[in-house]
Amino acid sequence: MNIDSITNGIVIDHITAGNGMKLYELLGLGELECSVAIIKNASSGKIGKKDIIKIDADIPVNFDVVGFVDPNATINIIKDGVLVEKRNIEMPEHLVNVIKCKNPRCITSCEQEIDHIFKLTDREHNVYRCIYCETKAN
Amino acid sequence: MKSLIDILDLTTQELDELIATAQDIIANPAKYATSCHGKKLATLFFEPSTRTRMSFEAAMYELGGNVISVTGAGTSSAAKGESVADTAKTVSCYTDIIAIRHPKEGAAYVTAKNATVPVINAGDGGHCHPTQTLADLLTIYREKGRLNNMTIGVCGDLKFGRTVHSLINAMSRYDNIKFILISPEELQVPTYVTKDVLEQKGIPYVQTTDLEAVMPELDILYMTRVQRERFFNEEDYLRLKDSYILNMDKLKNAKPDLSILHPLPRVNEISVAVDDDPRACYFKQVLNGKYMRMALILKLLKEAGQL
Repeated sequence: MNIDSITNGIVIDHITAGNGMKLYELLGLGELECSVAIIKNASSGKIGKKDIIKIDADIPVNFDVVGFVDPNATINIIKDGVLVEKRNIEMPEHLVNVIKCKNPRCITSCEQEIDHIFKLTDREHNVYRCIYCETKAN
Repeated sequence: MKSLIDILDLTTQELDELIATAQDIIANPAKYATSCHGKKLATLFFEPSTRTRMSFEAAMYELGGNVISVTGAGTSSAAKGESVADTAKTVSCYTDIIAIRHPKEGAAYVTAKNATVPVINAGDGGHCHPTQTLADLLTIYREKGRLNNMTIGVCGDLKFGRTVHSLINAMSRYDNIKFILISPEELQVPTYVTKDVLEQKGIPYVQTTDLEAVMPELDILYMTRVQRERFFNEEDYLRLKDSYILNMDKLKNAKPDLSILHPLPRVNEISVAVDDDPRACYFKQVLNGKYMRMALILKLLKEAGQL
């Protein structure tokens, strides 16, 4: 499958094999009306095997989610059939309302309309912790 | 607005200043007797407490201030489902400073984010208890004359023991500190303390289940209670509750200048016979806690422009 098969849209490339579905779910891609393709275990000269997500629409993508799930992924923006932007992803310092704290003792388990916020505490090992109770995100 | 949610909200310089103020309060109590005249402290205790709440209230009265209390979620609008955020906004309208204890981890942080007055975390579930750490630090300082160069044994429930997490965070900032973490495997210190604090700072630590084997090494022994209220499963509590009981026999190989601390309440983890040993410091800790809370209230009200 080629990138230029999309006219206007986004290709999330170089996703570590196995992370594609997690990214699909956290980005809420299942709710889109447009065509979305997940390619699993594609061959990659760079990382051996990779997942790819192709979104056939010019929609806003939460780059923080991509950086959290897989900072090695790249984002390609396609316009009029042409690759107009290739963007490398960085791990965000904070994740807001992307994932929920699983600690049943955390204040987020009962406080109404509270933002679920995680903070990057260990960049080397990709560790995020809840800002309220410090429980590790997984 | 400066609040105290985690002991790391205070720099070591600020800790030193609080200890100096507390020492001055001990030496010259009359000098501080009207320092907080006309100011009100709210004590919001949604979990049981004897020492911490009374200590805060005694501290404010000894500074010449007043206290308004909520004790137990059942006696406030929390019972009607009011959020912590709304409670914080409401109580800010009546008082100049808030001390809150709440069973949920992070509740004090949410309070501070929504209050318009300084907030002191008086214990948020099994997470943090920074003012107990202030009591611990003053006790260690008064007993040892220093906060560096020592081996600290922490024993008991190190998983849910919020005082333990705050103490490790605080003491890991002083030079030449070694920790010996003594607990059943199920109650070991969480990784957000071992990995993110001790290992990141290169602080030496050992995890063991054997208290007696490490006793001769210790300068400080910090005992903790296995807390029934932190367990979802009663069977687990019953299995682990008597893991460590300190008695005179276990102290026979301890250093003569060991200091034994405990945040209290104790159940049976320190034999009553140990109370008469000069190395027992846990009731001194109670008194030191009041002085440090006085120093903290003064500091936060001054920084808020209220004094």
